[in-house]
Order: sequence, then structure tokens, then C-alpha cells
Amino acid sequence: MTKALISVTGLDTTGIIAGVATKLSEMNINILDISQTILDGYFTMMMVVDLDGSKLDFDTINKRLQPVREEMNMTIHMQRMDIFDAMHRI
Amino acid sequence: MIETGEILQTMRMIQEENFDIRTITLGINLLDCSDPDADKCAQRVYEKICRKAERLVRTGEEIETEFGIPIVNKRISVTPVSLICQADPRPIARALDRAAEEVGVNFLGGYSALMHKGATLADERLLASIPEVLSETKLLCSSVNVASTRTGINMNAVREMGEIIKKTAEMTADSDGLGCAKLVVFANAVEDNPFMAGAFCGVGEPECAINVGVSGPGVVKVALESVRGEPFDVIAETIKRTAFKITRVGQLVAREASQRLGIPFGIVDLSLAPTPARGDSVAHILTEMGLEMAGAPGTTAALALLNDAVKKGGVMASNHVGGLSGAFIPVSEDIGMIEAAADGALTIEKLEAMTCVCSVGLDMIAIPGDTSASAISGIIADEAAIGVVNNKTTAVRVIPAVGKKAGDRVEFGGLLGFAPVMPVNTKGNEAFIARGGRIPAPLHSLRN
Repeated sequence: MTKALISVTGLDTTGIIAGVATKLSEMNINILDISQTILDGYFTMMMVVDLDGSKLDFDTINKRLQPVREEMNMTIHMQRMDIFDAMHRI
Repeated sequence: MIETGEILQTMRMIQEENFDIRTITLGINLLDCSDPDADKCAQRVYEKICRKAERLVRTGEEIETEFGIPIVNKRISVTPVSLICQADPRPIARALDRAAEEVGVNFLGGYSALMHKGATLADERLLASIPEVLSETKLLCSSVNVASTRTGINMNAVREMGEIIKKTAEMTADSDGLGCAKLVVFANAVEDNPFMAGAFCGVGEPECAINVGVSGPGVVKVALESVRGEPFDVIAETIKRTAFKITRVGQLVAREASQRLGIPFGIVDLSLAPTPARGDSVAHILTEMGLEMAGAPGTTAALALLNDAVKKGGVMASNHVGGLSGAFIPVSEDIGMIEAAADGALTIEKLEAMTCVCSVGLDMIAIPGDTSASAISGIIADEAAIGVVNNKTTAVRVIPAVGKKAGDRVEFGGLLGFAPVMPVNTKGNEAFIARGGRIPAPLHSLRN
């Protein structure tokens, strides 16, 4: 399974999770885990997703998140989960 | 499951603490390109590099995007050119530079000669061409091995290199002697080093190999901020833990690049390589330990601890470790070193002592333009002696700043940074350097 972490940060507003999740659903990307909190008024969400269901490559998926970034004025990073596993798990 | 705190730590290391992969370096064997006709040889070299490295830069960029970790440089190292050139080496140099440009890498290393015991005709031809080649090419880097623990120091080569460094500086004077920043003189050179200017693909290497150099002095500095006032046991442990995390990412990138390119993984170089950016300095790790500036009494001990802990932490994180592994102390590429040198806290003599306990040597040091060739040879001989006797790699990369004197400033730009011109001891050594011959290999028992 190719897992990626999507981190979403920015000023809190309504519909952030819905916006990101809808876009992911359109690309047939399954959400495996979500953690979300508000830090000093800043919305911070970590989402672990499975990329294998999607026919799109990593770069295309990342680019298709661009409208969500712009519409909601959020910073959205997507990176392969392997980097966190490598660093923090033996 | 990875916890949020761990995710944030990784992201902070990359976004705020300048953690990056310094280089993915593709080693390419060129022994099969040799030909008595220099132009034919050059053509084969060009074609082989373009074929083997065609996807290197694109693959590096893909990994960068997918894993969210900057890979600052993509580079190539090749078989030392003196081993493949049977005639004039200059057409090969030009072909290497063109090939590097064609495949889009940042540097290509291997315009090199291994002459720790003596010189072949090809070595002599290559040496003589270095100043001209480095003044005409952009991406090509050159290195010469003049000594090894098993063979001693080739003092003829040491003498010649003093002159070649001077001449290279003069021929690239309009760019502050930039040619000399692409030229390094080694003792005990390693065959799988991914770092420039000294990377080459040794004869014991496979046809091709992926070697990765990590970086991240800023991450170590920040980690040490959380243990202020604690004893050295805690410092060492903190550095080890941090080095482990950094190196695991290096290993991941190396494995991924190797799989995608279908080229065997060689080594991860466990390095702390600084850049001139603030927050990316090895010197500032030393000051975090409690020194006012790099160069203060205690600097050598602090660096020894750092170097050892980086290796101990890193070696557990990768299945093959190699290259120049350790903390680098290039003066012009490290803002803390630059400040200490400009202040006078750091001298060439103190740097020489520091090179006894870390990787790699007297690196990126600007010296007065009127420094004699024999003085440069003397510096090389001293540094080679440290490497040969202590069974480690040492190197000299000094830049005579033409028309400038101690206290002036030279500017190279980019990763190579800028540096104050440091004073060199002006006492004569011409008779010493003129002797030539070889300093015999040292005895390795009765160690005192």
C-alpha cells in the first residue's frame, strides 16, 4: 500500500475537511486516518491516505489539490508516509 | 501509527532547520571508454554518461516531490580520468563538462589522478592540464591523491600540486579563484565519496552505483538547544539520536533512487555538511556546546565528540556507510566558520588541529594571493602527514585569492559561499619542498 500524509494548516473556517475529503474522493483516494486540532486559532489536520486506489500519479494528485489550497487559503503538503516511518520507527 | 508530534518534528526539521539530502551522486565506471585516440575516447565518455545518467535528475526531482525532502544536488562521479586517457586528456574534460550539462547535474567529479606512490605518464599529462581545464569548464571537479597510509607521501606530487593550485588561481582570478574551489588534494582518498570536489568512482566500484550524502547541522544544533547545561554524555546521546533520524532518511532516498533507476545502492555518507545559510552551520553546533566561537580552546574536543557521535548514530541507520562520513568544516561554506575566521578566532593552524578529528581537511580556505607555491605544498604535506599517520582521509582545498591579502574577502556564490582571506605563515620552506621523493609509509605498531 502506498500511503501518503496530507497535512493541512491555515486559519480555521467551515468546510475544510469536507473540501479536502471531497477532492480526495473524486480521485478515488481512501482516507485511512485523520487527526485534527486547533492550535492558536490555526486549523491543523493530518490525514493519512492510501494512494493505490487512484489511477493518478503522485504529481497529478498533488496538483489537483491546488484549487482546494486556493479556495480555502490553506497550506496543504502531501508527502509519502515512508519518510516518517523511516525517521521514527526501527 | 506515527504520532502527530513525530510528524511535526520531521516537518520542522525540513522546513525550519534546513534538513536536506545534500546530494544523490551517480558513480559511473568509464574504464571501457579508453581509446588511444583522445577524441574517440571523449565521444565514448560523453555517450556513456548521457546514457547512464539520463534519468538521474528527473528521478531525484520525483523523490524530492513525493517524500517532501529537498535534494539539493544531483551529481556524477566517474573513474579517475588519468586511468582512461592514453593521450591528451583535455578533450575528455570538455566531453565530461558537456555531458554534465546535457543530463542537468550540478557537478561532475573525477578529473582525477591517483599518484600516492608515483605518477604515470597519464597522471603527469592530467596534472599539467588541470589549470586550463578548470578555467574552461563549469561543472567539472578535479582531485589528486598524493598520499596514503600504505605508501607514504609522494612529495613530488605535493610539490607539483602547490604550483598547479597557484596557476589555477591565476587562470580563474576573475572569479576569485573559483577553479581552486573545484580542485582538492587528498591523502587516503575514498572510492565512493559523493561529495565534491573530491568525488570519483574508484576502480573497486561496480559499473554504476548510487551514493547519497545527507546534511543537517541545523537539526543537530536545534536538538542540542534542548539539553543546555547537561553533561557531555547527554550531548553525545542527543547527537547520536539526531544523526540516526537524518541518516534513515538518507537511506530511504538512496534505496528509492536505486530502485527507480535500476542501479545498485552504494553507500550513504554520514555527513554533516553546512551551507553558508544561517541555521545550517557546523560551527554553531560547537558554540551551542558552550564555546564563544569556533576556534576557542576546546574546539578540537567538541568537534571530536560531534564527529564520533554522528558516525555512531548514523551507522545504525544505514546498511552501507561510506564516503567521507563525519562533520565537514569548509570555511567559506559555513557562516559560523566565516565569522570565526573573520574575527581571528579561527586560524589555519587551529583548523589543521581540527582536521585530525573530523572529516575531511583544510577545506575552502582563501589564502593571500602572494602565498608561494612551496607554502601551499607545505600545507598539503602537513595535512597529508595527518591523514597518513592517523589512517584517515585528509584533504586540502585552498584558494589563493589573486591580488588580495589577509582580511580581504572572496565571493564564490551559491553553496560555495564567501570567505575572509586567512593569513598563512610566511616563513620559507623552499628547500624542504624542493627535495621531492617520497616520505615513507609510517609504522603502525609502537603507536605513540
